[in-house]
Parts: sequence; C-alpha cells; structure tokens
Amino acid sequence: MGEGAGSDASEGLDRLLTFLKRRLNGDFSVDAFGFDPELTEAVMLPALRPLYRHWFRVEVRGIENIPASGAALVVANHSGTVPVDSLMTQLAVHDEHPTHRHLRALAADLVFQLPVVSDLARKSGSTLACTEDVEKLLGSGELVGVWPEGFKGVGKLYSERYKLQRFGRGGFVSAALRSSAPIVPCSIVGAEEIYPMIANLDFLARLLRLPYVPVTPTFPWLGLLGLVPLPSKWMIEFGKPITTDGYPDGAAEDPMVIFELTDHVRDTIQNTLHRLLEERGGAFG
Amino acid sequence: MTGVVMVVGVARYLGACLARVLADDPRVDRVVGVDVVPPPTELGGVEFIEADITTSAINRAIARSRPDVVVHMNILATRADAGGRVPQKEINVIGTMQLLAACQRSDSVRKLVVKSSTAVYGAGSRAPALFAEDMAQNVTARSGYEKDASEVESYVRGFSRRRPDVDVTILRLANVFGPVIRTVLSEYFVLPVVPVVFGRDPRFQLVHEDDCLDALRMATIQDHPGIFNIAGDGFLVLSQALRRAGRLPLPLPSLGHPVVRGLMRRAGIADMDSVQTRFLTYGRGVDTTRMHEVLGFKPRYGTVDAFDAFVEARARGGVLDRDRVDALDQVLRSFAGLAGAFGPGQKTADVAGDRHG
Repeated sequence: MGEGAGSDASEGLDRLLTFLKRRLNGDFSVDAFGFDPELTEAVMLPALRPLYRHWFRVEVRGIENIPASGAALVVANHSGTVPVDSLMTQLAVHDEHPTHRHLRALAADLVFQLPVVSDLARKSGSTLACTEDVEKLLGSGELVGVWPEGFKGVGKLYSERYKLQRFGRGGFVSAALRSSAPIVPCSIVGAEEIYPMIANLDFLARLLRLPYVPVTPTFPWLGLLGLVPLPSKWMIEFGKPITTDGYPDGAAEDPMVIFELTDHVRDTIQNTLHRLLEERGGAFG
Repeated sequence: MTGVVMVVGVARYLGACLARVLADDPRVDRVVGVDVVPPPTELGGVEFIEADITTSAINRAIARSRPDVVVHMNILATRADAGGRVPQKEINVIGTMQLLAACQRSDSVRKLVVKSSTAVYGAGSRAPALFAEDMAQNVTARSGYEKDASEVESYVRGFSRRRPDVDVTILRLANVFGPVIRTVLSEYFVLPVVPVVFGRDPRFQLVHEDDCLDALRMATIQDHPGIFNIAGDGFLVLSQALRRAGRLPLPLPSLGHPVVRGLMRRAGIADMDSVQTRFLTYGRGVDTTRMHEVLGFKPRYGTVDAFDAFVEARARGGVLDRDRVDALDQVLRSFAGLAGAFGPGQKTADVAGDRHG
C-alpha cells in the first residue's frame, strides 16, 4: 500500500517535471487559432472540473449525438450574465464524449478586446465568431460550438429566463450548409440561475461601452463575494443531429432555407429547455 | 529563359542575397541591381546601377538596361531603415510610383515581382484567425508601414490594369527570420528582458530567410501571376518563442503607450512604431493554402524551425536557456529520486543501478 502510493507519487512528480520542462522550453505547439491542447487538458479543464462536478453537478445527456469524428456544429442557448455556460459545455464534451473531443467555441469580439480573457480564450480553443473562422474550423473537421443569442442571451434579465432570444441572422446555419456539417442542438438548463440579473445599469454600460452592467442579488452589494455563482443544478442535453447535406447548391445564400433551419434549431432547443426544466424541478435541488 | 532581371533594393540584405542567387542561376542571363547607395558587400556577377527610385533616375536605369523582369524589393518595413517615418513613406510610396511609371513606359518589361508583406492585413481584435489573399480590403485601422504596404499594392493593381500584358506577382511574406537577417522583430528577441503586453500572447508565423529567397526566385524565374501569402508551416505564440529563446518576459500594460515607447527608445531597446506594437498585441495568421496549392511552393522550414535557426545563431545564453532548464530539471529529479527512495520508481531504480555499476 505504502509502496504503491510512493511510486504513484514519484510517477506523478516525474510527469509534472516533464510537463514543466516542456512548457519552460517552449516544446509545445499551438494551431492556427492559438489553441494549445496540452495547456487546455493539463491546466484549464482541471481548473473548471470542481465547478462542473461539485458546484453545478452537471448532468449530460445525448453525448452520443456528437459524432465521433469529423465536423459538426453545436448550437446552444446562452445565459447566465457571465458566459460560464460555454466553458461548462466545452468541459462536458471533453469529459463525457468517448473520444474526448475539444469543442471549439466561437466567442464575441469583446472577448478578444480584453487582455487575459482573449489569451485564455484562444489557448482553450476559442476563436472569433466570424464566417471565415467557422468555415476554416469546420473545413478541417473540428467540432465547433456557437451561442447565436450572443449578448442578448447572456445579458437578459432573470425574468426572461429560458426564453430564447433572436438567433442573429442565421450565419451559423449558412456556415454549416457550406461545410455540409450536421447541426447538433444543445440545451443548457441551470446557467440562468448562477447570476440572476435583476437589473441592468444601462447608463453605466453605455459609459463603459459594455453590452450590459448587471445587478444581481449579490453583485455589486457583496463586492468580490458577489462574483461567486449560485450553485444551481445544471443539465446539458445534446439533441439529434440535423443534417445539412442534401440541400441544393446555393442553399447557403438562400434566406428561406436559412430561416427555416434556424427556426427548426431554435424550436428544438426551446422545447428541450421546457422539458428539462420540468424534469429538474427546483433550481438548486 | 528569364533574360535580364532587375532587382530594386540591393543595398539591403534580402535584395543583395536575391541578386546574388539570381546571378548564379543558369536560367538568368544577366542581373542588374539598383539602389540609392552601393551594396555593402560584393554582389558577384551583378551589375550595379546607382539610382534613387524616388526620382525619375529609375526610369533612365530601366530604359538603359532593358530588363525583362523587375523585382521590387525596396519596401521598407521600419522607419529606422529609412531614417524616419517621412523618408520611409517617401521611399515606399513615391518610390513604388516612380518604379511603376518607369515599368509602364518600358517595352521590355514583361513581368513584375513585388515583395510585399502580410502587414497589409493589419492586426487587431476583430481580425479573423487566418487571412486569405482576398481579405486585405476589409481591415480599417491602418497606419505606418501597414498603410504603405497596402498603398503600394493598390498602385501595383493599378499598374496591372494599365499594362495587362505584364504579369504581376505579389508575394506577401510573413516576418522573415533566420540566422543572419536582422529585423525589428529579430532584435526584439535578442533583448535580455523582453517587454510584452500583459495578458496577451500573440500568434505569428515566420518564414526562413532561405525560403524567402527561394519563393522570390521561383516567382522571378517561373510564371505565377497573382497574390500569394508566404509563411512557414505552423505557428508560434510569443510566450513560447520567448521560452525557446530563453528570454524573460516583462509584462507591461501596453507597448504602444508613448511613455513606454519613449523609455524603450531611450534605453536603446527597440524603436517600435504602432504597427509593431499592434502586431505584438494581437498577432496575425495568414492562410497559406494558395501558396501550397497554386504556387506549389513548399517552405523547407516551418515557423518553429525558422525561429530555432535564429535562436541557435543569435540568442543563446539567455536567463532561461534550454541548458539551464535541463540542468534544473536534472537537479530536481535527483532530489526527487532520493526523496522517493522508499518507492520502486523507474528513476530510483536507474540511480541505484548506476551506483552498483
């Protein structure tokens, strides 16, 4: 027993030293989007795991709907004042999927204007939500995650919870059509309650050029303590993939096709949200 | 046969190298080098003409030597090379206009090769991860060299409209790196402590100086009209490059602030303008699909290889040099081996074996 523990410890130390040496010598590689898989797996995902497992107790369903390989576009609802839901979805995909795929999240341009945040976003595999980047990622067979509600979704008031906002202009649908990548609808329940936003300080937001400045039951009243998310119970469900091949050429530019598909994805997510909410019961149960 | 090649800008390192390479190439009859000052080194079989391209002297030079191919290497990336921003702009923009006007009048020129730069895409938070060749128009904030490079390209486009019979190849090169070449970026990595922007880790690509010359030679000798991004495979992030060079980073809130810039200049560290500070804040990536598939150019060195070649020649012995990290790792391992003596770990077994032997 004691011997086993000792050898485990020295093996762990050996791995740690090898890892640190590699990092210090710069012997790692990043892809064209700045994604650093080693750092993501060794540092960033483990840092999120306690939050995922013990705080939000995330329950994942339908992980088999994410293909084992090849391009796919995960489309999810967005909420929670601070976009923690995209981080949790990334971790859910990596931990629960049999081939441990990395979800390459698309982020708003505000993310890339901020120091530190932009750096962490790129290293964990995110990139700017623009057509060029989506198509490049899907074209190279990556699993891409998009939250088409954007700030309208994250920054909505608590009273609007689980009501899907407008899905933009359907840019994600035309990107999927052009790459013939299936769309996997993803419904996230639980993120709405982590920072319930009871008011938005509009004037301050305009002054600071931010999309919103939230007031929650704990923020800004409790200062830094107000940044601790409430421990809501989470459920993430991946729905059946919606295929996008089989459309005629030029469908990616056809507004009829795009709006129809967008509405289909949106309705699927909205209906799943209602069902999951009923199943979950109390928000903090 | 390629006939007579005129290389404009031979007083600088890459121009001189290209002129020499072309002069040694059996497919080229004659190489004429042009610059405002004679090149510092001997150019071998290159015929040198002293002419200022910002004046009509370039017109006389072209009329006299009747080149078949003109290679424009005289776009300066840094103001220090020109002696200030005003002369830099003068050389880049007016020089290109004069050169193009001379080419337009000439009846001998049938091909123009322009060494441009990926700086035409700019750098910023809203930039896509990879710029393809047709994405140079939608970048807004431009100044300095980025603006020069895109103005030069727009004059070149105008020239090719007026002289459709002349093939035009524009090579947009990523930052050129290698054991010999000196650029603002290479000198930046030689600093013992390197100022970086706090919370930013820009991505970038490099092209090895040998690959840069190969690409230019290929464009000169073969016919590949069009615009091509040229960069080595793979990417580096700044923190990784600094570690490979064994350099310590000094995070600052911004490299672009006048105080920071003034201090760096006064300390003789680096004279960086807004183009370089934006690059070192946001980084840049370019799509090299067209280089691989249409141009058919395969760089021999990847981005990391080009950087390592530079480190090996210019930047060894830093505070965090590879040798020191390795030594530290060995020390820690031997301590861990002793501490873990009660467990039959692989390391301890090796140590014990050594002792017996």
